[in-house]
Amino acid sequence: MTTWEYAPAPESRDTAGLRSSYGMFIDGAFTGGAATFKSVNPADEEVLAEVAEAGPADVDRAVTAARTAYDRFWSKLPGRERAKYIFRIARLIQERARELAVLESLDNGKPIKESRDVDIPLAAAHFFYYAGWADKLEYAGLGPGPRPLGVAGQVIPWNFPLLMASWKLAPALATGNTCILKPAETTPLTALVLADICRQADLPPGVVNVLPGAGATGQALVEHPGIDKVAFTGSTAVGKEILRKIAGTPKSVTLELGGKAANIIFDDAPIDQAVEGIVNGIFFNQGHVCCAGSRLLLQESIADEVISSLKRRLKTLRLGDPLDKNTDIGAINSAEQLARIVELTDAGDAAGATRWSPECALPDRGYWFAPTVFTDVSQSHRIAREEIFGPVLSVLTFRTPAEAVDKANNTPYGLSAGIWTDKGSRILWMAQRMRAGVVWANTFNRFDPTSPFGGYQESGFGREGGRHGLAAYCAH
Amino acid sequence: MVVESARDDAPAGVDAQQLRRTLFGLSGVDQVGAHARAAALATRSIKKDAKVWALRRAVQMIDLTTLEGADTPGKVRALCAKAQRPDPADPTVPPVAAVCVYPDLVETAVTALRGSPVAVASVATAFPSGRASPATRLADVGDAVAAGAGEIDMVIDRGAFLVGRFNRVYDEITAVKAACGPARLKVILETGELSTLDNVRRASWLALSAGADFIKTSTGKVSPAATPAVALVMLEAVRDFADRTGQQRGVKLAGGIRAAKEAVRYLVMVKEVAGEDWLTPDLFRLGASSLLNDLLMQLTKECTGVYSGPDYFTLD
Repeated sequence: MTTWEYAPAPESRDTAGLRSSYGMFIDGAFTGGAATFKSVNPADEEVLAEVAEAGPADVDRAVTAARTAYDRFWSKLPGRERAKYIFRIARLIQERARELAVLESLDNGKPIKESRDVDIPLAAAHFFYYAGWADKLEYAGLGPGPRPLGVAGQVIPWNFPLLMASWKLAPALATGNTCILKPAETTPLTALVLADICRQADLPPGVVNVLPGAGATGQALVEHPGIDKVAFTGSTAVGKEILRKIAGTPKSVTLELGGKAANIIFDDAPIDQAVEGIVNGIFFNQGHVCCAGSRLLLQESIADEVISSLKRRLKTLRLGDPLDKNTDIGAINSAEQLARIVELTDAGDAAGATRWSPECALPDRGYWFAPTVFTDVSQSHRIAREEIFGPVLSVLTFRTPAEAVDKANNTPYGLSAGIWTDKGSRILWMAQRMRAGVVWANTFNRFDPTSPFGGYQESGFGREGGRHGLAAYCAH
Repeated sequence: MVVESARDDAPAGVDAQQLRRTLFGLSGVDQVGAHARAAALATRSIKKDAKVWALRRAVQMIDLTTLEGADTPGKVRALCAKAQRPDPADPTVPPVAAVCVYPDLVETAVTALRGSPVAVASVATAFPSGRASPATRLADVGDAVAAGAGEIDMVIDRGAFLVGRFNRVYDEITAVKAACGPARLKVILETGELSTLDNVRRASWLALSAGADFIKTSTGKVSPAATPAVALVMLEAVRDFADRTGQQRGVKLAGGIRAAKEAVRYLVMVKEVAGEDWLTPDLFRLGASSLLNDLLMQLTKECTGVYSGPDYFTLD
């Protein structure tokens, strides 16, 4: 062997405890449905399991169960008692972490190192964090005696299936709401294991219900007159549709939608770490991240240096089997998403941007897209304006800090931004001017349950995480 | 520019202002980011064939070292025997790169290693503190080279570096380089005393510009010695130096590396940061002593499937 190739290091698939069929979780029990759909492994297009699809009647049953649980039990329980259940869920997630990580990588296509080191630990951390708030709501700065809203309908996306479920359930439960969660149709499995964990934790029936299904299920849930709160994470188009549907109803709503974040590198930035930040910003989770740093803004004086360092770094990324512990880039979650990425990158070519990808063999089966960098991109190109939600970076340049601010803010979105410079005063100056809910300085895509997350403008409203995350589930 | 003049036998007395501007013009190192990157590289899972390759290659990269006041010719001869045939039970295990000793024991090592591919390296320049007059430090180098050392591990004057007298450090390295003649020069930065990663990057660049064939982390006498973040910054420095000048220089990590697992992690870092080119004893070394037996133990385990006890490996 003249060069050193890493041998395959696959995590055992058996750990996932995959079953051939999964039911929906209503009123503390798993039940079948009138219809089913298949969940597919995006890495090889094999069917993983048949999953019950919740119809309008199931939504009705779930709302009734959640309402009953709310009225009779959960809303009356003292915070410290609610906390015990939530702590128990957090511990059970840790105990079943390996099972959840492997199942998440199978169902979603993300690399096992990410599900193992990011998704699952953060999911547990969210439950731990909000469990701690449950008996301290009086002191959360939400006014005297914050009250729960009632029954929450929560619709989540496929990019971080278990983590998004945790972001929704943990604060809702801590504040005394009951929940009906609708996981994404392509990634329902870990949410159903989480339902099993709720059962294992002796959470009273009806407090958490999980309804797998597609858009129709989500729509039936959101429009159901029996719910008090809608929390949605997903595309801006669907977010707008939800707002139209619930306008004029008394339902509370929070939306966490798309993004087209600028990652801004100044000429005094620590270049090697900035290159890592760029990679982590757009190639983490195959770029399926709403706050991904998809627009790289480089100061012109260092643009060539950074681009060549970035290209060298991208050549070391390993694309392939999501269950291999050395995989950096996994599979695209669905054929539909792959088509969207292809369409937008083709538009980049057509507009005259220069496409570059490292040499990288794509597997024959499954949905794959090589890490891609577009240079010579203008603000007016579609790849600089629309959310691609894939491993595709658009590189733009700027000359002065003021120009960086203008370009970064020149988007209908406003979820996140990154600033890279060694100069502390410039970080503060820039951060004040960024119209983005999250601003990272000399890092990117770092998440913590104590830190609020959410957007401006077409990236939605409301915050998840931190003390602010409680406000989304309290009447005040 | 300093880099270009370095190899043209620039007259002693480098322009102090220009050198300072060059070093302070280097891109900074964000400590949190560097630690995160080093930690991420440490999660690579190296199995089966890849592991055997790495263990064998790590053996070939070892500078088998003894630097004790109690060293004797007998001890050095024993080490030399081990260096040539690390595992008496398995002749396929390759010899190590070099044996590293104090200058007065170079002759013993040269005799013991005659005819073998193992090089003799000697620490010099008033190792480990470097606190002696320039003349004494150079004489130390001269002794070691005259006794036959093929590689010289010098220490820089950390005091001069920390007070910003970069030109003094630079001039000293060029003087030692000249005294080395054909011997290869490894420049020990003693990163544990430089403290910040920005300093590590600047000292690395300074030493490379002044003609170091290798930059080396530590003497082994100061804690912390080689750490993943320091190794990362030094590997980035040689990579960038090669980009800028076309010259590939080496990195030597020394001090505190005892487990085969750590050695394999460092090889991953070499591969993914500097590049495959650096996966050779010409460009990467591990200064160690007890590491060798752990590598042998892991190699045996990979071949036989079971761990054997420490009694099956020689203590030298």
